[in-house]
Parts: sequence; C-alpha cells; structure tokens
Amino acid sequence: MSNSNEFKEKKRLTNPPQTVDIKIQRRDKLGENAYWETFTIPYRRNLNVISVLMDIRKTPVTKEGKQTTPPVWDMSCLEQVCGICTMVINGRVRQSCSALIDDLLVSDGGNTITLEPMSKFPNVRDLKVDRTRMFEHLKQVNAWIELDGTHDLGPGPTMSQETAQERYAYSRCMTCGCCLEACPQYHDDNYIGPQAIAQARYQNMHPTGKITIDERLEGLTQEDGITNCGNAQNCIQVCPMGIPLTRAIYETNRDITVNALFGWLRK
Amino acid sequence: MASNGLKIAIVGGGLAGLAAALKVAEAGHEVDLISVVPVKRSHSVCAQGGINGAVNTKGEGDSPWKHFDDTVYGGDFLANQPPVQKMCEMAPQIIYLFDRMGVPFSRTREGLLDFRRFGGTLHHRTAFAGASTGQQLLYALDEQVRRFETEGKVNKYEGWEMLSLVLDDHQVCRGLVAMNLQTLELKAFYADAVIMATGGPGMIFGKSTNSMTCTGSAVSAAYQQGAKYANGEFIQVHPTSIPGEDKLRLMSESARGEGGRVWVPRNPGDNRNPKDIPETERRYFLEEKYPAYGNLVPRDIATREIFQVCLEGSGVGGENQVYLDLTHIDAGTLTRKLGAILEIYEMFVGDDPRHVPMRIFPGVHYSMGGLWVDFEQRTNIPGLFAAGECDYSIHGANRLGANSLVSCVYGGFVAAPSAIEYAKNVERKNTETNGIHAAELRRQQEINSQIIKNEGSENQYKIHDEMGKWMTDNVTVVRYNDRLKATDEKLVELQDRFKRISINDSNLWATQALPHARQLWNMLQLARVITLGALNRDESRGAHYKPDFPDRNDEDFLKTTIAEWSAEAPVLSYEAVEVGLIEPRKRDYTKGKAKAAVTNDSTAEKGGAAQIQQPGSELKPQGREETWVKEGRKIQEGESFKELNDKERERGEQ
Ligand SMILES: Cc1cc2nc3c(=O)[nH]c(=O)nc-3n(C[C@H](O)[C@H](O)[C@H](O)COP(=O)(O)OP(=O)(O)OC[C@H]3O[C@@H](n4cnc5c(N)ncnc54)[C@H](O)[C@@H]3O)c2cc1C
Ligand code: SF4
Ligand code: SF4
Ligand code: FES
Repeated sequence: MSNSNEFKEKKRLTNPPQTVDIKIQRRDKLGENAYWETFTIPYRRNLNVISVLMDIRKTPVTKEGKQTTPPVWDMSCLEQVCGICTMVINGRVRQSCSALIDDLLVSDGGNTITLEPMSKFPNVRDLKVDRTRMFEHLKQVNAWIELDGTHDLGPGPTMSQETAQERYAYSRCMTCGCCLEACPQYHDDNYIGPQAIAQARYQNMHPTGKITIDERLEGLTQEDGITNCGNAQNCIQVCPMGIPLTRAIYETNRDITVNALFGWLRK
Repeated sequence: MASNGLKIAIVGGGLAGLAAALKVAEAGHEVDLISVVPVKRSHSVCAQGGINGAVNTKGEGDSPWKHFDDTVYGGDFLANQPPVQKMCEMAPQIIYLFDRMGVPFSRTREGLLDFRRFGGTLHHRTAFAGASTGQQLLYALDEQVRRFETEGKVNKYEGWEMLSLVLDDHQVCRGLVAMNLQTLELKAFYADAVIMATGGPGMIFGKSTNSMTCTGSAVSAAYQQGAKYANGEFIQVHPTSIPGEDKLRLMSESARGEGGRVWVPRNPGDNRNPKDIPETERRYFLEEKYPAYGNLVPRDIATREIFQVCLEGSGVGGENQVYLDLTHIDAGTLTRKLGAILEIYEMFVGDDPRHVPMRIFPGVHYSMGGLWVDFEQRTNIPGLFAAGECDYSIHGANRLGANSLVSCVYGGFVAAPSAIEYAKNVERKNTETNGIHAAELRRQQEINSQIIKNEGSENQYKIHDEMGKWMTDNVTVVRYNDRLKATDEKLVELQDRFKRISINDSNLWATQALPHARQLWNMLQLARVITLGALNRDESRGAHYKPDFPDRNDEDFLKTTIAEWSAEAPVLSYEAVEVGLIEPRKRDYTKGKAKAAVTNDSTAEKGGAAQIQQPGSELKPQGREETWVKEGRKIQEGESFKELNDKERERGEQ
C-alpha cells in the first residue's frame, strides 16, 4: 500500500460495459494440454476476480453457450494475506482476491479479462498450481529460530523498535510466489529464489537466529543458491507485501562474503 | 520413527493445530498433520489486532486474575471458569514463547515487548506485531513445526480434507478418513488419538469475515458421529464490515470515532448517487434514535440497529448495506487520521471513502460455540480432542478482542499432553488390523460415489447461498422464535434438496465440486444446531439477543447448551456452568452515562511505515461496552471514552 499521506483521486470507470468477458486458460489435469475458454458475465459494480469466478462456477457455460466444467482455482482469506489465490491476471502476476474488475477495465481497457495460472509452478488444474517447492526452500535455509524448547524460559532477547520494524517487513511474506513468477533467473526450480533468501535474512537478523547463521547461509551457497540472482529486480516490483527483497539479497551476499572470510581465517 | 510408537493425528494447522503439533513432536511422538490448505495459509493469518496476556509491563497492576475476570465478564458468565483461569495464567508465557520464536512484536524504547490497550479492558494487555499479529504468530509456529518436519517427526498432509472419524465398536476414536483434494484418493489414518483444530464455521452464514476454509465441516462430521457440540447458538457479529460479492471484510470502528455518520436514504427506493441526496432525505437512524450517543452507540446496539434497518428493506439499494459517511470531513484530516483503514476500503471496494460514503454491514465473525470439551480438551468421544475456535471452552456467550489467538494456543498446548497421556494408556488391541479403518473408508467412498452419481436439478452453490441468507437474516444479530422455527424448516428443506444436486463437474481431477458438496451437507447439519440452540434459549446473553426475552436469565439459562446428533434433529440438553471462582454479576450497562463508547483501533497507525493496517483490525468486545466506560477507573470525571482514546493516540503518535 502506498503512503497514506499522498492523496490521489482514483480514476473511475465512467462508462461500464454491460458484460465482461473472462478468458481463462484451462487445463484438465497436470501434464495435459492447456486450452482457452471465455465466459461472459453481466457487469456489476464491486466485482473482483474471485467473485467472477464464483459466478462462473455456479453455472459453467461458455460465451458460445457450451456447457463446460467449472474452473478450478484456490482461495482462502480473500484479504490478500494468505497468498493462495495468486494467478496471472491480464499478464500480471497478483492475488485474484484483491483484483477488482473495475480497476482492470480502467487500467487495461477493453472488456476482456484474461486469467492464467502462474507459469513457474506445476499447473494442477485450470488456475491452481502447486507451490510445495517454496515450502521446501524454507527447509533448505532453516527458516526458523532454534529453540531449546517450548517450556517457559521467559521473554526473548530485547530488541530495538527499529530492528523489530525491519524484521516485521520481512515477516509479512505470504509465500505467494509472485517474485518467483517474475524473476527471469527462476525456471524449473533451478534457483532458490528471493522469497527464501528474504526469509533467511529475516531469521539472521534476530539475535537468537544469528547464532545459527552459518547453517542458513550454507543453504544459500549451493548450486541453486544466491549466485543465480542476476539482480534484475523484477521480484521487488511484483511483491504485493513490499518485502525488501533486493536488500535481503544484497545483505545476504554481504554476510556470505564475511562468512567466507572468517571461514578461511578459522582454518 | 517415533520414539515409543505413539501417533497423534492433528486435523487443522491454524494456530491451535500447530501449537498442538509442536508440543507432540517436541515430546518425541509422531504427528500426522492434516489440513485443507497448506498450514501457513490457515485462517489464523487474518487476525490483526493482537494477542492478550497480562504481562503487566506498564506498571498498571494488571494480572492474570484481571484478565480472567474481564474474559468471564465479557462472556456473560457462560464459560466454565477453571479453564479460563488456566488460560489467563498461561497467557504471559505464551507471549514470551512467541517472543523467543522471533515474532516481530512491537517494542518499547527499552526494547521490551510493547502492549496496546484493546477493547474490553482497562489495561495494556495486547501484544501486537504491526497490524497482522495472527499472520506473524501463525508463521512462527509454522517455522517451528517445519523444523520438526525436517527431523521426521511431523508428516504433513496439506491439501487433504478430513471426512470422518474412525470409531471402533465402543465409540473409541482410532483415527480418521481424509480425502486428497487433488486426486480424490481417500486414506484412513491410524492414530492413537486425534486432535481437531479445524477453526470456525463462518461459511454457514454464506458470507462472513472468515476465510473460505472455515466451513465447520470436519467438526460437523464428528458431531454426526457422536461428538457433543456446545453453545452453537453463540455467534459473534461485528458491526462494521465491508460487504463484498465474495466476502465481508472488517472495517475498523475508528471511522465512527472520527465522526463517521451512519445513514440510509429516507425513501428506501432512492437510488440516487449518495452525494445527490439532500440532507433532509437522509435517515441518520442512529442519531435519530439515540440523540445522546448518535453514531457512537455501543457496538452491539449499532450492530442490531443497522441489521434491523436492512431487514426492513431500508438498506441502500434495498440491499444489506448502509452508508458510513466520512465525506463531510476534510480529506486531508481523514488521510492523516484514518489513512490506513481508508486504503483498505479503497483496495477492496475501489471507492475513495474521502469522497464516496462507505457501504457497510454487520458481519458474522466468530463462533463461541464448538465441540464440547472437558478441562483437558477431551471431547466426549474417547481418543478425540479439540482445540481452538472449533472448541467451545473459553469465551462463553461473547468473545473479547484479542482473546481468540491466546485461546487457540492454550487449547493446543493443553490438548497435546492430554492426548499423549491418553494415547500412552489406551489399549490398542487389534484396532490396526481389525478392519474398522477399511470399513470407514468404504463408507466414505460410497458417500462420494453417490454424490458423483446424482443427476438432480439442484445447484449446490445456490443451496449454499440460500442457507447463508436464511442464517444471516434470522440467526445472527436479532432473533425471533417464529423466524428461528421457519429457518429450521428451511434447513430441513435444503437438506432434502441437497439429495438432488448434481455436482456439475465431469472432470473429477482436483474438482472442488465434490468437496464443496460434502462440506455443504455438514454445514446444513451444523446450521440446525445453531438455529435450534437459539430457538430454545429464551433469554438474551452476550451475542445472543432476543427482543422478546431481552434479559439474561441465570436461573434457567446459566447453562451450556449441548447438542447431540440424531437422524431426526439435534437433541438438546443443558449442563450447569462451573462458576465457582467469580460470582456472576449483572452486566448492567444502563448506568454507564458516558457520552460515547467508541473504540480506538487506529492505534495500529502509530507503529510507523512498516506497520500498515490491514483490513479489519478488530479490537472491541462484541458486548455491552458502556460497562467498560462505567468501570473506567482511568476515565476522569466529564471525560468520554473517546477523548481518552484520542489522548492515547496522540501519545502513541509522537
Ligand atoms: C478478520 C478477523 C480478524 C481477527 N482478529 C483477531 C485478533 O486480532 N485477535 C484474536 O485473538 N482473534 C482474532 N480473530 C479470531 C481468530 O483469528 C480465529 O479465531 C483463530 O485464528 C482460529 O484459529 P484456529 O487455529 O482455531 O483455526 P484456523 O486458523 O481457522 O485453522 C483451521 C485449520 O483447519 C484446517 N481444516 C479445516 N477443516 C478441515 C478439514 N475438514 N480437514 C482438514 N483440515 C481442515 C484448515 O486448513 C486450517 O489449517 C479474528 C478473526 C477474523 C475473521
Ligand atoms: S533481483 Fe532479479 S534475478 Fe534476483 S531474485 Fe530478484 S528478480 Fe530474480
Ligand atoms: S517475497 Fe513477496 S512476492 Fe515473494 S512470496 Fe513473499 S510475499 Fe510473495
Ligand atoms: S485468498 Fe488469500 S491472498 Fe487471496
């Protein structure tokens, strides 16, 4: 979200169409061929992509009047905080629950909206993808704090509000995958990607997390590690949560350099 | 794999499920963790306001006992007191534990945890991480559980939906059957004990502030297999949410605190642009009815009035919505004071509330009711435990803000050792091999086949819509017995029509039609529990309000409603509430003559740039808030609640 102090009058849809066409890339099953279907829905105010899909699912008939199967997609929170509903809308990767039809019509013109699944993940069916690998990446970088146990040991280490805020920014990553979808270096899961790097950085910044920084950095210096980043900075532009991804990459690279130096000195 | 061969299945990976998983894994036992969505995407991410615990870092003399008293009082004395007390005592430890896990809680200058003041209390008792505390707490548990996953102690089954329990001949729970949502494969999970942590049932009301996964379906399945469901009729409704085509999103009450006015066109059919409707043709119904309080009436009254106006058909455009108007206030001032929450409205509605009146409506928010559990989180089915929003234990007739997250973790932390203890002692006999799992799997397979085979003309999504509308209209804010009866009849009709649905998806791979059908059936069952529980309770208490019975009636109804399934209808019975620690007192709010009881949840603004307020910070108890004002020891003579909050905010913004 933008700075709340700058005031901008929003561009409105002045002449709404009677109907909107929703063009959906479909796939019946993992590994099968994709095809397109278009659905026409009556225009109403305050539609978003999810509510349109809900409409279509109720009576799945294409624009040409052909009865078809209901499109499948993922959704949960509908508040842009769980990350599950991510897809490519009019060519841009984003959450479908916060994609308003009015806004899309204003910004992209015409009266067709195109929905595609993210292209960098296995496409389960229609708009649903499998992002398991993103959670696997979190394992690779030990994205957690090593606790001695959950028994009562009093509060954690003190921390300045500044550090807490800096960490807070990283903590908001909802594993949506937009950054991987946009990253030119990421394909076929060859690269661990900015999300996992940022999560490693998030833990490395914590006084307790720092103790095990070596293990996290090790996870990032493997073949699929941080050196794959070409610094294209696409990731940060598409991240809906404003995670400081390029900064995480920069600082982690710095940590790795320092670490390598110390590692060498220690020998 | 597990050190001494115990296996605990946990259904649900929200705050409660992950808390339980962590404790079981840490104790060295094996966990099968089953969840519809990847656990990191559970509904708990939506919680924003914070988590309560009487840590008393502000030298206000706060204590777990006071937290206990606030919770019991806020819940209108319907909660059994012992577990509430235990929870309040554990709460500070829970917050400290999250602190050690690295949750980026807001800090004081000294670098300690910061606490904010929240609805329903006089103390700074709520720890918060920006405006997305639930997200941060859930992620912290998710990280810890992932660590145990890499050690092989937790097996995750994400994208699996529980369909039923596996019960042996003696009604002992021996595991469960779940469905893979991609392949539709069914699998029977063997377990020495099962912990349910599947969250709330908001989807029964069609649209709510809950996530789409909050169907209550798993809990309903357990209920239909013999688990008792308690206090189902207690459903919390938040007064101001943003109605969307797809869901309701919370709108902070600080909008009214800053001068927002609630109105509808005087002529219900008036479809003019709100700006073109002159002052005299607007009905400021709160101001008209409550000249002293105006738009700042307490939350429950606001909820009921808005609801009533829409029920009469006077809502904007004849729909369930009224205007919450800020446009008379200078745009710059609004941006400065309410910027973050206005942006939420803009993001999801697309209108700028500085220039266009917001449209709002009360939204179903939380279920106080749930599976019946004893003080060790055991349900009445041996081997079945429950924790989190899906159990009924802590919040009585009404939940206080920021008390849910702590109750989820508490529930998980109690359920885990309780389940382990049980599992150690239970006789296994030949339950793994005697075929009960295979039999239950077959039973579920048959139900699936039947639904797939059906060729009826009914549309399941339309049945869902109808159920949601009836439940929202008649079983939420204001309840009348005749309408409750009619609703129950409607539900029976919908159950009948359900049998004639066709799922409309010839492609069964990853279909959402079959899971939705299963959920819908279960929701219809639970809807009857909620409706009939409300019908039977002829009093008003907490979130349950009947104009025909406006008072609390302790003599007849200081009792837990218990519903047990039968093919005919839910069978209701009543159980005494354990109130030994704090004697029930009247929640007398008529004497509170303060000018306003408005909330201040824009405290979230004070955190600076990184702490952007997200949709729907919820901060106040649903209950009768004047009492807080009345008892507001910190409010000086002649000073209103609002003024107090304003001062606080100013302090915060410095
Ligand atoms: C908008 C909003 C704001 C809120 N803010 C606050 C707040 O500030 N403070 C506070 O204390 N509370 C708040 N609450 C309430 C609180 O968020 C919830 O009560 C709490 O998160 C519930 O957690 P849980 O662990 O019980 O369940 P959930 O987080 O709902 O998790 C349920 C889990 O069960 C799984 N599941 C469900 N059904 C099945 C099935 N059939 N099979 C397998 N798995 C299943 C789901 O996948 C999920 O993992 C808020 C609620 C809302 C809606
Ligand atoms: S900076 Fe570029 S290459 Fe590096 S992760 Fe981001 S998008 Fe990918
Ligand atoms: S870093 Fe941003 S874009 Fe990438 S997964 Fe996290 S939230 Fe999504
Ligand atoms: S549904 Fe959760 S981000 Fe869209």
